Formats: sequence, C-alpha cells, structure tokens
Amino acid sequence: MIAPVIQTNRLTRYFGNQAVAHDLNMSVPPGQVTALLGLNGAGKTTTIRIIIGLLHPTRGSCQVFGHDCRELTPDDRMRIGYMVEGHFLYARMKVSECAVFQRAGFSRWDDSRFDAIVRHFGITQSTRIGHLSRGQRAGVSLALVLAPDPEVLVLDDPALGLDPVSRRALNETLVEFAADGQRTVLLSSHLLDDVERVADRVMLMIDGRLQVDTTLDDFRGRVTGFVVDTAVTDTDRINAIPGLIEARRIGRHLHLAVADSDKETTAAVERLQATSVEPAELPFADSVLAWLSRSRSQRSFLSQHTAGKSARIRSFARS
Amino acid sequence: MRIQISTGSSTPIHRQIADQIRYAVGTGSLAVGDALPSVRGLAAELVLNANTVAKAYSALVRDGVLESQQGRGYFVAQQRAIFTRRERQRRLTKIMDPFLAEALTLGFDADQIQAELQKRLRKLVRPAKQGGTRDNH
Repeated sequence: MIAPVIQTNRLTRYFGNQAVAHDLNMSVPPGQVTALLGLNGAGKTTTIRIIIGLLHPTRGSCQVFGHDCRELTPDDRMRIGYMVEGHFLYARMKVSECAVFQRAGFSRWDDSRFDAIVRHFGITQSTRIGHLSRGQRAGVSLALVLAPDPEVLVLDDPALGLDPVSRRALNETLVEFAADGQRTVLLSSHLLDDVERVADRVMLMIDGRLQVDTTLDDFRGRVTGFVVDTAVTDTDRINAIPGLIEARRIGRHLHLAVADSDKETTAAVERLQATSVEPAELPFADSVLAWLSRSRSQRSFLSQHTAGKSARIRSFARS
Repeated sequence: MRIQISTGSSTPIHRQIADQIRYAVGTGSLAVGDALPSVRGLAAELVLNANTVAKAYSALVRDGVLESQQGRGYFVAQQRAIFTRRERQRRLTKIMDPFLAEALTLGFDADQIQAELQKRLRKLVRPAKQGGTRDNH
C-alpha cells in the first residue's frame, strides 16, 4: 500500500466550543488529484490550514511526507505549493519582480515554467500587479507556486471570482501539472463542473466530518436518483428508505437520491404507492448536492430526521 | 474527428469519449489503422484529468475497438469477433428493446420506424464502403 502524501489522524480543531474539524481521518494518495468538497463553513479551509502548518490541531495529528505538520522543515515546505483565493501579492510590484522576490526562497526554480504559465494567462511581465485583472493575478499566483516544481499542490478555492477564460487557464495548468501522475494535488473547490474534469478522487466534508472519501467514478456509481410520482407525504416512510441521502418534493414528484441502491431500496420506494418510479443516473454535481444537503445547518423541507434516524445511511469514507 | 465532452451530464466523461470514438469507428469516419490522439494530448485539448482519457481508451482496447502499440500510441483496431454470437445478440437486444419501446410510445408505427432505420443505415453504411480499408486488410 503506497504511503499517502497527506495523512490526518483523528484531526480535531475547535474554535471556542465549536468543532470545525471533527475526528478527521483523511488520506491524500500520491500522484492523484483529490478534490475536497463541502459547504461554506464545513471545515475545509481550517483543515487545509492545519495541513500547511498555519494552524495547529486541537487534538489528533496531521502529516505531510510523514512529517508532523506542526514541524515542517524549510525543505518540506519547498516541496509543497499552496495557493489560496485572495492571491496575496504586492500591488506595486511588476510580475517579473514578483518572480525575483519569490525565487530567492527556493533551491529549485524553473523560469521557463513561470514564463509559460504567466503567458498562458495573457500577462506581460512588465505589468504591475495592481494593474492586473483578478484572473491574471490568479495566474501570477499559480506561476509563483508552480515554478519551484512542488511535489504537492494544495489549492484552496483558487478559482473564486475568476472569469471563464482565467478559469479555463487555471484548469489547463492544473491538468497539465497532474498529467504525469508523479505529483499530488489537493483541491478545495465549489466549482463542481471543474472538479468533474480534473479530479481523480473526491472527499466530502459535512459539518467538520469526512463523509465521503472515494474515487470520482465510484462516487457517481454509488448514488442513484429516483423520480417518484406519488402523493405520499409521510416522512417516516420516505426516511425509511435504506441509504436515503436526500428527498425533495417538486410538485407531484419526489426526487430521491439514494446510496448503494439495491433490492431493499426498490422495495421501499415501491411502498410509496407511486404511479411511476423512474430511476435516473445522476450528474456528478447533483450527487454532490444531494450529499451536501445533509448538513445539520441545511435542512431540506422533508428531512425532519437527524443523521442517526436515517436508516442505514452508509457513508463512503474509508472505502 | 472532434471529440466534445459535457460536464454535468448523467453520462460519465470517460464514457462520453468512448461512445464518440465507437460511433466514429462504427460509421467509418475513423478507419482501421487510424491513430488516435495521445492520452495526454487529448486530455490537454479537452481540459481533463489524463486518467479519464486513459480510462476511455482502456475500455475501447478491452472491447477490441482500439489497439495499443507500445511506444506508438493508440490505433483503430481491426474489428475482431471478440464477442460470441450470443453475447452480441444480447447486447443488441439491450439497446434495441428500449429504443423500440420509446419509438412506439412516441406514436410511431412499425413502418415509420423501419423507414427511419433505413434512412440512417443508408447514410452510415455508405462511407465505410467508400473507405474500403476494412475489407482490404
């Protein structure tokens, strides 16, 4: 079994008496793109900041390259690229000056890669940061992060607020970076279409806990949608469907998302006295939406249940 | 041939790619021996994870649509009978029954359905005959 590049063990972080990350056992495997998904406030940024060493855990541990995240050496840090939305850059600096400034901190630096990425975003290096568009600033940020040729790239919402062209340039750069399978990417993002393009694996955090940790294909394959034509509103009967992730009523129809659907599922769905039941392959984004709607803080109109009551919901973590 | 993919579809991306290549081979717009773009090349062009393209190509190799030549890339394979006659029949039934059910539900009658089939078959079969490489190999 190949050692994970990033590993957390019962990672817990409190802010006040609120657990923002709770008992997280997270493994980011090498050579793949792992997407970290979750609602705002699910704990993704906190977890990432702990991984990078900007924040310490309250309990539990976190390792990158087998080293404790609280004690990453300068050599460790050079192997990690970290890009966060906001792109902290000095407005008066020219792009070329940013490179000179950044390069000094690294033993490895690829000028031609910096130039190529910056060019890809349509940037002239004599331009000052303050005169660049948001998308171009993201391009500079990415170039600065990738020029030292890191083994691991950690991105926290890198495409926030970017125009479509810059977003595409970002995705192109990411996909190229990951293409040889020798590098690892951890990407936290809300842009599910982009995640569908670039990710190998998905991890879903809900209310500080890891609820899904599997390959993208496996995640898609295990969630089934049903559109049920029924007047039944008995929430107990609906919530009794094994593996139910989400139920939404839209007019005459009940839209269900179910995990690991099997004969028992079909039987339970049929007990809803429907005039028609249509199974549906869900698009990736809809599967994610169904899962994320399970957050304590986002109750769907039908879910009177708590996580405990929902019969046999099987989380995909550790599979 | 141009491959196009959509995100947000109920069809996984690797299957969209595989389906389009199958169609191109089936209709003759890709002929036996034609080279396909490299995995990384197509991934870069479509802005996709390279593993997604690799997965599509692997499925096509497994089904005998493509062959992989070490160091040279992927090519359209000579169509060999890798399925038994029973398996081929089973697969045909699997796609024909829903198609016929849908067509009949839409209100088309047998004659209309046959006419539509004939129209399409005429268009599909002709280019392959003009290409001619399939029989000459």
